[in-house]
Amino acid sequence: MTDATVPQNVAPPPAEVEDVELYHAHSWITKYVFCQDAKVIAIQYAGTAITVGILALVLSWLIRLQLAFPGAIPFIDATVYYQSVTMHGMIMVVYMLTAIFLGGFGNYLIPLMVGARDMVFPYVNMLSYWVYLIATLVLVASYFVPGGPTGAGWTLYPPQSILTGTPGHEWGIILMLVSLVLFIVGFTMGGLNYIVTVLQARTRGMTLMRMPLTVWGIFAAAVMALLAFPGLFVAGVMLLLDRTLGTSFFMPSLVELGERKDYVGGSPILFQHLFWFFGHPEVYIVALPAFGVVSDLISVHARKNIFGYRMMVWAIIAIGVLSMVVWGHHMYVSGMDPWFGFFFAVTTLAIAVPTALKVYNWVLTLWHADIHFTTPMLFALGFLVTFVNGGITGLYLGNVIVDVPLSATLFVVAHFHMVMGIAPVLVIFGAIYHWYPKITGRMMDERLGKIHFWITFLGAYAIFFPMHYLGVLGMPRRFYEMGETAFVPASAATLNIFITVTALAVGVAQAIFFYNLFRSLKYGAPAGGNPWRAASLEWQTPETPPGHGNWGKHLPVVYRWPYAYSVPGAPEDYLPQNAPPVAGEHSP
Amino acid sequence: MSVMGLFFISIFSFAMLWLARQGVFASHWLEEGDVAHYRPDAGKEPPPPAKVGLAIFLAVAGCLFSLLAAAFFMRGDAPDWQMPPIPGVLWLNTLLLAGSSVALQLALVAARRANVERVKTALLVGAATAGLFLIGQIWAWRELLELRFFASSNAANAFFYLLTGAHALHLIGGLAALARTTDRVRGAGRVTRELTTSVELCAIYWHFLLFVWLLMFAMLIGWADGFGVICRRLLS
Amino acid sequence: MYIAFVMVLVVAGSILFHVLSPWRMTPIASNWGFIDDTMGLTFLVTGTGFVAVILFMSYCLYRFRHVPGRRAAYEPENQKLEAWLGIVTTIAVVILLAPGLLVWGQFITVPKDAMEIEAVGAQWNWSFRLAGADHQLGSSDVRYIDTTNSLGLSPADPKGQDDLLVTNGELHVPLGKPIKVLLRSIDVLHDFYVPEIRAKMDLVPGIVTYFWFTPTKIGEYEILCAAFCGTGHPQMRGKMIIESEADFEAWQAAQQTFEQSRKSAASQNKRASAQ
Repeated sequence: MTDATVPQNVAPPPAEVEDVELYHAHSWITKYVFCQDAKVIAIQYAGTAITVGILALVLSWLIRLQLAFPGAIPFIDATVYYQSVTMHGMIMVVYMLTAIFLGGFGNYLIPLMVGARDMVFPYVNMLSYWVYLIATLVLVASYFVPGGPTGAGWTLYPPQSILTGTPGHEWGIILMLVSLVLFIVGFTMGGLNYIVTVLQARTRGMTLMRMPLTVWGIFAAAVMALLAFPGLFVAGVMLLLDRTLGTSFFMPSLVELGERKDYVGGSPILFQHLFWFFGHPEVYIVALPAFGVVSDLISVHARKNIFGYRMMVWAIIAIGVLSMVVWGHHMYVSGMDPWFGFFFAVTTLAIAVPTALKVYNWVLTLWHADIHFTTPMLFALGFLVTFVNGGITGLYLGNVIVDVPLSATLFVVAHFHMVMGIAPVLVIFGAIYHWYPKITGRMMDERLGKIHFWITFLGAYAIFFPMHYLGVLGMPRRFYEMGETAFVPASAATLNIFITVTALAVGVAQAIFFYNLFRSLKYGAPAGGNPWRAASLEWQTPETPPGHGNWGKHLPVVYRWPYAYSVPGAPEDYLPQNAPPVAGEHSP
Repeated sequence: MSVMGLFFISIFSFAMLWLARQGVFASHWLEEGDVAHYRPDAGKEPPPPAKVGLAIFLAVAGCLFSLLAAAFFMRGDAPDWQMPPIPGVLWLNTLLLAGSSVALQLALVAARRANVERVKTALLVGAATAGLFLIGQIWAWRELLELRFFASSNAANAFFYLLTGAHALHLIGGLAALARTTDRVRGAGRVTRELTTSVELCAIYWHFLLFVWLLMFAMLIGWADGFGVICRRLLS
Repeated sequence: MYIAFVMVLVVAGSILFHVLSPWRMTPIASNWGFIDDTMGLTFLVTGTGFVAVILFMSYCLYRFRHVPGRRAAYEPENQKLEAWLGIVTTIAVVILLAPGLLVWGQFITVPKDAMEIEAVGAQWNWSFRLAGADHQLGSSDVRYIDTTNSLGLSPADPKGQDDLLVTNGELHVPLGKPIKVLLRSIDVLHDFYVPEIRAKMDLVPGIVTYFWFTPTKIGEYEILCAAFCGTGHPQMRGKMIIESEADFEAWQAAQQTFEQSRKSAASQNKRASAQ
């Protein structure tokens, strides 16, 4: 925008964004329960997501216990095992990670970071949360129906997902699909809000290229989610019809356990296309907000501008676009036309380039920086290690021929847990430690935070790094028990025990985090408005925690990008986005 | 998948154009100071958020229907595929939906001219024709069911019900919004700016649904078979 | 600051683990050594990247840690550096991709003289079918499955009558001959997986998929299912025995043909109904 800068002696034109008519709560119920304030909705989203996340964590213990001590725990039989695998995966990917990044951080941070009073459609925003809550309740309800929850694996591949050989084929799968459809409906409402707010409600001076990367990440993820979730929606509805009405969208003629079914001609591969059309962008729907958040954490705590902001923005866009055309790399050995392998291998490895550039830029931000080892910074650094590690194993699995021996082994499990399990979770923790002072007005305890970090980071790395090697050995995933298998040495069982014990310890150690979280509400040191001395807009609110409408009487005016740290000549090592430029001051 | 390809190319080119216009390509992101405007068309009034929201929703709905179409063509490849006969009433329905769309467009024109009575009439005509369209769709379903073309007997039948059903649900949602708008026109008694926007949004949505219906209808009666063949050729 | 050292330790520990790990790829028993080579190349390239990035990060963490009076440099971007990094990464990616695609090209090009063997998956066991004297497999369809015809061969197809049926889950293959494995499932998704031959492929009900390999090492190998197929998934095992051509022919001669199996099943049924 060459002509965008206005000479300072000219009176600024009136603000472009009109003040929206704000929704006001009139009772306790509308203030805390059916609330339309994005900040409250954010807490509701995050709280629900973390609650189901804990459920999924407990399920992962069941999985690990069975793998390490097959048959030792009486109530874990094959049915419970596969149900746990399925629910753990689906909850973590969709109901936890997606919901917390977009519904939680998106709701809290977008309006504050772009200088808006609220989301543009507060009512729709509220509906979004309640539909999400109903979706999670429907999902959890599948534990209380005959047959229990579905055990089809989180990919829900037909035909097995709706046939009798799979646990939960009675009601579990129906509830799962209904729940997913509800989730998508709710999410679409939220996603519309995030996008339109970023497009329409930015405050004066907040050009797109002055938005923090967190907003860019969430924005790009919301766009992708809106385009990708219809894939799951269509697949879910069609599978539901196959299950309930006996249509044959995905179901071919088959004889199951001696019984001839009425289905004819359906294509299981069609389901896989639709599923992964959603499923792969989903990975980046989780990753892009994490990328954005981690950029901000690193920049603030290293007191240095994020290196190559423009490249970072373009990388986000490039990843977003490319991620829509890589889904086939989940299907290299699915029996689809093998010629697709060439196309998807090229697109998949191409996406490594913008991703790698982001990693370089994060690391280069540390060069000549002034690094403060705060808890959020530690988590951001932990993310870098796990993400780079998980990212490079993605190059194995994306390169079609290397995927052939590794697919469906524990290598895949280790890879995606490292890259889209541990890495984003570390970012979530870092983000909570970082923004907690803004949300509550109090600091979280640094000492407990660091203990929490070290256990979580080193523990998680110790869980998933060795697991790759079991995959290289050839141990398949989704095996309730390995049994006697010639190529699996006894030492593999020992490693499995080690992984399980570590996993249990890391899981239990999360109690430190929750203790810290709740204790700091009351006993945390008062934070003030801007404890990290950060430049982006959310730290410049007149009140902390931000009041209703965020900005008091006047919307802030933005004068610079959000990464003005250690600008030469500036009196302090950060310049808030809304601080008016001082005449004669160095202008970068 | 060619359907998805076409859809994405259009969405992405639109997005890139927009990003370029927003100055994301420009290199002046480091400048400091007050920025008078953040839109290149700053002189003009920004579009109302609801309109932007609708545009994005249409992209989502478009994605949904594209995926259904892609699934239709991919599944249509199987040897068991047998399209049901197309009930004649669908031709009438097509006319009704087109009429509904025209009525809403007339309502928009009337709203811009602040002619309340005409807006009311046109909205009612639009709603009535849309309602008749839905009844006609149910009629078509009944006709097929009576001829024993069940969803479970052939995937082509199932797709017929799925596609028309998805479209009808979208239209029912639209009717809810239209009812609210009509109600507000009655209550207000005069045409306000917000009302014009509401009418405009309804009209846009109706045109979109008409467009989707026309493509869908072409698919169902087999006019799009050529396209399916091209897809298959690209796929294999 | 100690995080810098810990990160170095993480890298060192990872390398050490890699070197000392007893969990390695199973000894290969097929012609797909190229796959192992490509994986080795991938390990070298990506491993170098991992070590370089994390060590550089650790150095920065140590060198640029906060000390009183330090102030960070202000460097919004360096397009030249970014362009170089982009180019280097692209080259690395091409190095990984090019051999991968070449090997994939071989993987999907089945040699003309490959022997066709059919593997059939059902919940939860493996069956196999080999061509009989006419060297051709007969057609099949799920419709034909009944108690005397568990694999659903077309009773009317003359090509299928002499097909050899192996229902005990033990497949023998001759050493050194390319084999095209045709994969067919009669219920849900399965995946024919023998770790030692590296190749694997899904069995998809409704269609016939395939892959090919050449056995190169005599021995007995376990066949697993690598696509979740219900509660019995881990128990779905079979055996693949790679043996010399002579042994293979002897084994082949001992197998029942489709025609024989129908007859014996029919007579069994008759006996059962007579009792």
